[in-house]
Amino acid sequence: MMPASRRLRLVAAPHLHGGRAVPRLMLHSVIALLPVTVFAVVVFGLAALATIVVAILACLLAERAFAPPSALGDGSAMLTGLLLGLSLPPALPLWMVALGGFLAIGVGKHLFGGLGAPVFHPVLVGRVFLQAAFPAAMAQAWVAPLTGARATELPATSLALPFMSPAAPYDGLSGATPLTAVKAGDTGAPLADLWLGTVAGSVGETSALLLLLGGIYLVAMRVIDWRIPVALLATVAVLGAALHGLDAERHPAMLTTLGSGGLMLGAWFLASDPSVSPMTRRGAWIYGLAIGALVVVIRQYSGQAEGVMYALLLGSALTPHIDRWTRPQPLPEGAER
Amino acid sequence: MSDSATVSERENGLQRFRAGLWRENPILIQALGMCPTLAVSNTAINALTMSLATASVLLASAIVISTLRGIIPPQVRLACFVLVIATFVTLTDMLIEAFALDLHRALGAFLPLIVVNCMILSRIEIMASRQPASVAALDALGMGGGFMIGLITLGSLREVLGRGTLLDARVMPADFEPWQVMQLPGGGFFTLAALVIGFYLFDRRWRRQEVGA
Repeated sequence: MMPASRRLRLVAAPHLHGGRAVPRLMLHSVIALLPVTVFAVVVFGLAALATIVVAILACLLAERAFAPPSALGDGSAMLTGLLLGLSLPPALPLWMVALGGFLAIGVGKHLFGGLGAPVFHPVLVGRVFLQAAFPAAMAQAWVAPLTGARATELPATSLALPFMSPAAPYDGLSGATPLTAVKAGDTGAPLADLWLGTVAGSVGETSALLLLLGGIYLVAMRVIDWRIPVALLATVAVLGAALHGLDAERHPAMLTTLGSGGLMLGAWFLASDPSVSPMTRRGAWIYGLAIGALVVVIRQYSGQAEGVMYALLLGSALTPHIDRWTRPQPLPEGAER
Repeated sequence: MSDSATVSERENGLQRFRAGLWRENPILIQALGMCPTLAVSNTAINALTMSLATASVLLASAIVISTLRGIIPPQVRLACFVLVIATFVTLTDMLIEAFALDLHRALGAFLPLIVVNCMILSRIEIMASRQPASVAALDALGMGGGFMIGLITLGSLREVLGRGTLLDARVMPADFEPWQVMQLPGGGFFTLAALVIGFYLFDRRWRRQEVGA
């Protein structure tokens, strides 16, 4: 028998609206991302600002093209644009950013049925297309943090003409994110830089601490289910520590694994999206665990340096099955009907 | 045979011809023969050769089977169909190998696999085994033509976006950034999906205008 407090209480109408409408949820997410966004603009300068603005504009434009005008007001397209901008390399040609934003909303969101329906997170649909179509640009368009000219100059590659390759090559820094350094057998960046975010990387993925803060805010505001990021990060931590213990030469330390790449951004802001994650509590644990395991496996045992994006997409593909496995029984098993 | 029967036969055949090209397009509407569609449509020339080979096999097999339809026992008809189709596939395969070795290498196993192309088998079962040769031939021409339209469009789009060329001639500016995914299998799926959506929207608008006029 369940304790009385956990029993479902049915009350007759009228009901009071809790005020938890879509625009409110989106607003909370944007607030949670604000510190990271500001930090990204401070560290990467104009490159980060332009990437974020173009991503948001492209998403709003696509939303306007594919949905009734009233849909713009719910803020979901803006959030998609912000997240996409934060997940891309800062010196990526801006036309690629715009193409990614347009596909995120057009294909990732509206072809799957609009808000709340997507099987895969629209941001990841846009990003995975860019990764598959322009692998060279996605692997090289990094910018060194805190350069002197960041406030006044855009990287030359950002301004490539639409559909053209940038005239100048990508910054000589290519391949120097902490994760690619780890892949090459290096120890990666110093832990303090890694967690603070003063390393090369995608616009808004570098500062693990600020992302953690934003995630905790979302949990406190009850926008996301805390089980998903906790299960995901715990799995990565345990597996990462175990691998490091087995072979410290090959596998980075646990805190490096946790603080690098898109892990924090993915765990708190992408994995927890209600339309791509399971509905039940047990399901949320399984989902987080599966993604966490996939992240470690892809990072440590594949040719890719970073595996968060693919792990999240594969995890979302599992969601319908997890929902079926964890469907609550109307009566406890073995109970008399 | 009376005059009126001949007229209706010709009309019937023409109707089948048009249906294959558009309303019942084997790639965009029926989604048949997806294996070669997705596998060898990475360039326009591959798509052209593949679809031409398929369309010729379909036409030849349809005429032969339609002519023989009176003497093929229904119990073993599938075996007979496959035998006839396989004959023409082997001929086509040898012809391409003799005259265009590079293309033959690029298409690889997909040429012999035309034998099991379900678009061909379905046209033989539905039309050629029941209709006079003229209707069957027009139907095969329409379906083959529709298959060519679909596959060549797909191959051209994938080549232009994925390499910046069309039939190996440069069509995009020199510093065009190729969309590498278009040359990979995934690009076949994306482009086909986009084509089907575009076809559907265009067809719907077209029908609406027809009704409105």
